[in-house]
Amino acid sequence: MKKFVVILLLAVMGYYISITFFDIGFGDSHLVEGVVPVKDAYLNETVNSLNVANTVTSIVVNFRGFDTLGEVTVLFLAVTALGGILYKKRHQAGERSVLFSASKVVTSGSKLLFPAIVLLGAYVFIHGHLSPGGGFQGGVIIATGFLLMLLAYENFTVGHNTLSVIESLAGITFAGVGIWGLIYGGSFLENFLPVGTLNDLFSGGVIPIIYIAVGFKVAAELTGVIYTVLHEKG
Amino acid sequence: MEDTLFKILDYGVYGTAVLVILIGLYGALVKRSLLKIVIGLSIIDSGINLLLVAIGYLKGGTAPIFSPGYLDNPKIMVDPIPQALVLTAIVIGFGVTAVALALVIRLYRHHGTLHIDEIRNLKW
Repeated sequence: MKKFVVILLLAVMGYYISITFFDIGFGDSHLVEGVVPVKDAYLNETVNSLNVANTVTSIVVNFRGFDTLGEVTVLFLAVTALGGILYKKRHQAGERSVLFSASKVVTSGSKLLFPAIVLLGAYVFIHGHLSPGGGFQGGVIIATGFLLMLLAYENFTVGHNTLSVIESLAGITFAGVGIWGLIYGGSFLENFLPVGTLNDLFSGGVIPIIYIAVGFKVAAELTGVIYTVLHEKG
Repeated sequence: MEDTLFKILDYGVYGTAVLVILIGLYGALVKRSLLKIVIGLSIIDSGINLLLVAIGYLKGGTAPIFSPGYLDNPKIMVDPIPQALVLTAIVIGFGVTAVALALVIRLYRHHGTLHIDEIRNLKW
């Protein structure tokens, strides 16, 4: 009975959401006569004055950079809350929540794959302003490498202090670059470096620096999450 | 004929996203296991992200990346703004899921069950 009511409710909801979006139309350009769309302004600014190839990166780091600082802070808060909720007294040994040990294939394979995964992650966030990808994606890739190692080796540990030092340094770099822009250019995260030429590795001013900092920060935070949850057993 | 096919495809993209949202809502409303509720919430997240990215699509558009060979015409690029917003939304969704799962682990440690009918303290 309850299921029936819920399904009826969802059907009504789905119908109304659907007709709203069908009216918008998929893949049509939503242009209003005589108004320059925000999209074009962003695209032109990105390629003409910032010399960044990937527009999504320039929006995330430059136009909405302050928003990204808040986003990174939310991630940091989530990690802190996770540590607080799953708090135990100082680690007793041998309390992994994975009860089985990994097979030979996993242990020898992960040793081979781990450097490659970290390299791929670093590539993705260093080239965040040229190709699809960026700091968040690269950080997640690096964290999956650490997940593999933590699953494969029972005695593989990541130092909490190392993680928090990396995370703090990355956060300070982000905020410091922003404040330097405030001093130099008059607004937070204003570009103060030469922008270079389009599609060069060294282009885009402060954007690669910020995305590298974000990459390190996300990698450290996600590794911390994995480590906390994996060593949770009480 | 081709037009009809495109029309079906158009409805299909939005329809799939809405369907994913509804499946997630169903899971969050009907299921009695806390883990399934968290999974439902994260499915809603995916559906909304899909919907937002689909709004920014342009027919025949290219990715909003000025790679060599795609420099000349920004008019045919898809809208990059929903993509940037969805990037933010994914990260926030991750944070929400992580904290929710931590709370679920804590509840399991305290009550020894994940079935919400058996966790009496939630009722009043």
